[in-house]
Amino acid sequence: MGLLSKKDAKLITDPLADNNPITIQVLGICSALAITAELKASLVMGVAVLFVLGIGNVVISLMRNIIPSKIRIIVQLIVVASLVIIVDQVLKAYAYELSKTLSVFVGLIITNCIIMGRFEAFALGNGPWKSFLDGIGNALGYAVILIVVGFFRELLGSGTLFGVPVLGDPIEKTGLYSTGYENNGFMLMPPMALIIVGLIIWVQRSRNTTLIED
Amino acid sequence: MIEHIELFFKSIFIDNMVFAVFLGMCSYLAVSKKVATAVGLGAAVIFVLAITVPLNWLLDQYLLQPGALVWLGPEFAEYDLGFLSFIMFIATIATMVQLVEIVVEKFSPSLYNSLGIFLPLIAVNCAILGGSLFMQSREIETLGLAVNYGISSGIGWFLAILAIAAIREKIRYSNVPAPLRGLGITFIVTGLMGIGFLSFGGMLTGGDEEVEEAPKEVVVEATEIEKEVPNQLKIVN
Repeated sequence: MGLLSKKDAKLITDPLADNNPITIQVLGICSALAITAELKASLVMGVAVLFVLGIGNVVISLMRNIIPSKIRIIVQLIVVASLVIIVDQVLKAYAYELSKTLSVFVGLIITNCIIMGRFEAFALGNGPWKSFLDGIGNALGYAVILIVVGFFRELLGSGTLFGVPVLGDPIEKTGLYSTGYENNGFMLMPPMALIIVGLIIWVQRSRNTTLIED
Repeated sequence: MIEHIELFFKSIFIDNMVFAVFLGMCSYLAVSKKVATAVGLGAAVIFVLAITVPLNWLLDQYLLQPGALVWLGPEFAEYDLGFLSFIMFIATIATMVQLVEIVVEKFSPSLYNSLGIFLPLIAVNCAILGGSLFMQSREIETLGLAVNYGISSGIGWFLAILAIAAIREKIRYSNVPAPLRGLGITFIVTGLMGIGFLSFGGMLTGGDEEVEEAPKEVVVEATEIEKEVPNQLKIVN
């Protein structure tokens, strides 16, 4: 494989910051907010989208010259739906508890705008290798935001990371809890995810002022 | 009847598609800059949900649920086509949206023009697929309830996008810090609205418990006060 050329490497690094699918392109918000109460769920969702977007981008790119324009959306939907069915069945088989937590949001990967958005914007006009890199890059950008939001929500909301208590024991009052600190249960509620993403956008646009809207 | 009313209010306020489960956020954020366009999109979402949720309910009942194929013959009772749900739901949604587009274009060109690009975009709005998937996972029982669920979830989404569009129009003249302008402040405001909607969570808790006894009526019996008023005339000499 060798080293990626500069342009190819940019396909992966751009969506991680400056062209982030969630905070800049405003795609894929739904699942980013709903399942990030646990870091584990965020990670699994990130991997699922990585799989679907990576392979989906390649498949659509390979078919780009033979898809008739009128049924473009339907073909894309079928490709994504099939990949998501695979992901869903694998999750149900190997991580049943997690598939219950993620519930309908695994299915909603089908309508995840990042996937359709990248198909339309990139895969339909570029070759398979570049499309694969673009898919990986955008999925990683998506996963990064999910992990950051999930990290703060789980840490501040239940004092655990991946289910492992890291701030002490809230019942025995050891560690940080002995100073009187309490878990902020509000962090586990859906609206806090929106506010955390708003704060991430604030930080991002303060660092890169070209992204500010008028 | 009571379960219809309960489902109606529950879907609009408690399980609101935007604030409780974050469905349809992408178009919610993209279209909410003006109230007029937000109303158009909201109405289209209600319409499409009202059609696709009952249709997918029928599919789920007679094709996808475990044991659903019994009507073909008793030997089919063990088939479970549940894994095909995603593809079948999204196929009906895409087809219905296409049909609705054709019908609207034929019968009401002005409505078609005002909806513009939104109608085809609704097919990939996660609120629509989400409506059907939640209908399936919550095991909605009858076709009537499915129609109810479709319409009320749509109304919930419509309320949300209407509110945020109205707020965004107003805060355009406010002194929002530059990095937060536009998308950032919308996220935060939506989060605050979500916190507000959490307060509806206590609305229907009375309905799930046993019916309380009617408060005992306190009966005040008017006791006759018998007064013996001694009528004694005292002659004072």
